[in-house]
Amino acid sequence: MENGNHSEGSANRSISTRAVDATVAAVLIVFGAVIMYSSYQLGAGWGAEGPQSGYFPFYIGLMILISAAVTLYQSVLGKADRGKVFVEYEQLKPVFKMLAPTLVYVLGVQLLGIYVASTIFIAGFMRIMGKYSWLKSLLVGGGVSVFFFWMFERQFLVPLHKGPIEAWLGF
Amino acid sequence: MEEITSLLHGFQVALSWYNIGLMFLGIILGVIIGVLPGLGGANGVAILLPLTFAMPNTSAIIMLSCIYWGALFGGAITSVLFNIPGEPWSVATTFDGYPMAQRGQAGAALTAAFTSSFVGALVAVIMITFLAPLVAKFALRFGPPEFFSVYLLTFCSFVGMGKGSPFKILAAMMIGFALAAVGMDTVTGQLRMTFGFTELLRGFDFLVAVIGLFGIGEILLTMEEGLAFKGETGKINLRIVLQTWAQLPKFWITSLRSCLVGCWMGITPGGATPASFMSYGLAKKFSKDGDKFGTGQVEGVVAPETAAHAAGTSALLPMLALGIPGSPTAAVLLGGLLIWGLQPGPLLFVEQADFVWGLIASMYLGNIAGLIVVLTMVPLFAAILRIPFSIIAPVIIVICSIGAYTVHNAMFDVWLMVLFGVVGYVFKKLDYPLAPLVLALVLGDKAEDSFRQAMLVGQGDLTIFWSNGLVGSIVTLALVMLFWPVISKVLARLRSGRLNGVPEGRAASTEQ
Repeated sequence: MENGNHSEGSANRSISTRAVDATVAAVLIVFGAVIMYSSYQLGAGWGAEGPQSGYFPFYIGLMILISAAVTLYQSVLGKADRGKVFVEYEQLKPVFKMLAPTLVYVLGVQLLGIYVASTIFIAGFMRIMGKYSWLKSLLVGGGVSVFFFWMFERQFLVPLHKGPIEAWLGF
Repeated sequence: MEEITSLLHGFQVALSWYNIGLMFLGIILGVIIGVLPGLGGANGVAILLPLTFAMPNTSAIIMLSCIYWGALFGGAITSVLFNIPGEPWSVATTFDGYPMAQRGQAGAALTAAFTSSFVGALVAVIMITFLAPLVAKFALRFGPPEFFSVYLLTFCSFVGMGKGSPFKILAAMMIGFALAAVGMDTVTGQLRMTFGFTELLRGFDFLVAVIGLFGIGEILLTMEEGLAFKGETGKINLRIVLQTWAQLPKFWITSLRSCLVGCWMGITPGGATPASFMSYGLAKKFSKDGDKFGTGQVEGVVAPETAAHAAGTSALLPMLALGIPGSPTAAVLLGGLLIWGLQPGPLLFVEQADFVWGLIASMYLGNIAGLIVVLTMVPLFAAILRIPFSIIAPVIIVICSIGAYTVHNAMFDVWLMVLFGVVGYVFKKLDYPLAPLVLALVLGDKAEDSFRQAMLVGQGDLTIFWSNGLVGSIVTLALVMLFWPVISKVLARLRSGRLNGVPEGRAASTEQ
């Protein structure tokens, strides 16, 4: 990460570490508060047969709240990470190029089953990101899926999520 | 020598063709996992864990622990040949390993790395053999307050020994506890924090979290850094191995020191990563060639590798003897024991002697198998790294998804895995440590149970934690650890501290 320490004024547009730090801390404060509230509703006190269900989680929530509040305070008013870059937009592109296909893939697994979706995912990724020929991409994608089918369904007898195409083939 | 008899019995259990086959399979899988980005010891074991449910327990733990040894060995290959640490604990190995490879001494660097890994692991296994039964016997007297105090010490040590913001360490840990609490409360049968979602009834499985945080998160980080594998070629033949071995004995003092550092950091939850850095720093300070460190010194490879393996191996001691894992991978193995219906902790040595001693014996055998495998198969493993990332990345995501799905046969878990992946990416970049999160997620229920039982005994009075000398001193020590960041600041101010550490920037970003 050679570009890790550009100042905010440099040509590369970027997100500052402090902004992300503060956002995450704020989310954690809400998270902690939700835990405390939900534990309080369950009963966070001392019941007839000892500590109630919410007793332990209530204090866990409290500690999340406190530590996130300190982190928020430090990131907004502290001097430590001033000018530090969390990620540049240029670097974020490849991250989304990985994340977006992954999300589509998981949706595909849900709808088409794991084997078909994996074949398409691997072949598509190779074709688009790696510029391989369609034939090579499909061979690798199909090969990996067939290998996993053999390993899981035949060797380990662990059935994975299947969709309409496997059903049509009679599995 | 009761331990020797038990150990010999363990060898009888472990030495079957089936188990030896699994050992080699585990090591090879482990090295591949260690070499690939996005797959590491913790999530590799997590992915394969559901596949071992059909095996006998002892065989399953032998294979899974061998994957762990393999991953420990594998990290060194990428560090030396590609200057890319395959695992966080091999970051320090790149400092001198890669310069050696650039000078064409890759074979010597790898031999030194593997051999010192082996030595570190061996010393740690010997220690486990003799110390674990004693610790277990001692812990048999523990009641709920004592157990909770040991949990407390484990978690407070993260704050005390961790680098970076103590508040972030605390937050990460508490998130783990909070996620562990979701679902059915085993004591009262009430539902906690499910907010009406039926999918949340099962709670958050740590296996899914580990696969997402370490697997998907790591892949996203790798994409951002735009990694391209360009490396040196490594040739190892018998002559190079023997030449390097002839050189190694003169580093015995470094080796010994690194073993001690590693064993200590492994038993306490410091872990392999800080152990390797600490050991490298100490070797640099005490070696007469200290100022040449970083230019390709064999000693600079020996120190971190010995310590990392000693730490990684001795992390299993508290797991076996107390039921408290010393590292994320040990935590996953502990989760495996729980799934197999074995109760880790002091009673394991009494009730499951076959299992425990079979496992300990397999640690000796597994590391010998590991040394043979890595010394003979380096070119093959290096070739895996030359497979382009556009093929490897989707395949790893497919493997992770299958792994997450097989935990409960639930699609919801696969979505959760992606979510954990994004969280892992952001947390790593913000220096929220993932190890305490995972440990808290695994141990959450047990820690809460012991806390509740202790509170019941004490009728809600916290003084139960100071009711006898043992529990009192552990709790006090835990609190010292918890407030160590404050205490050390005060101490430093008192004698205007001098701090000269090893490079730590990369360690913090890749800590596992």
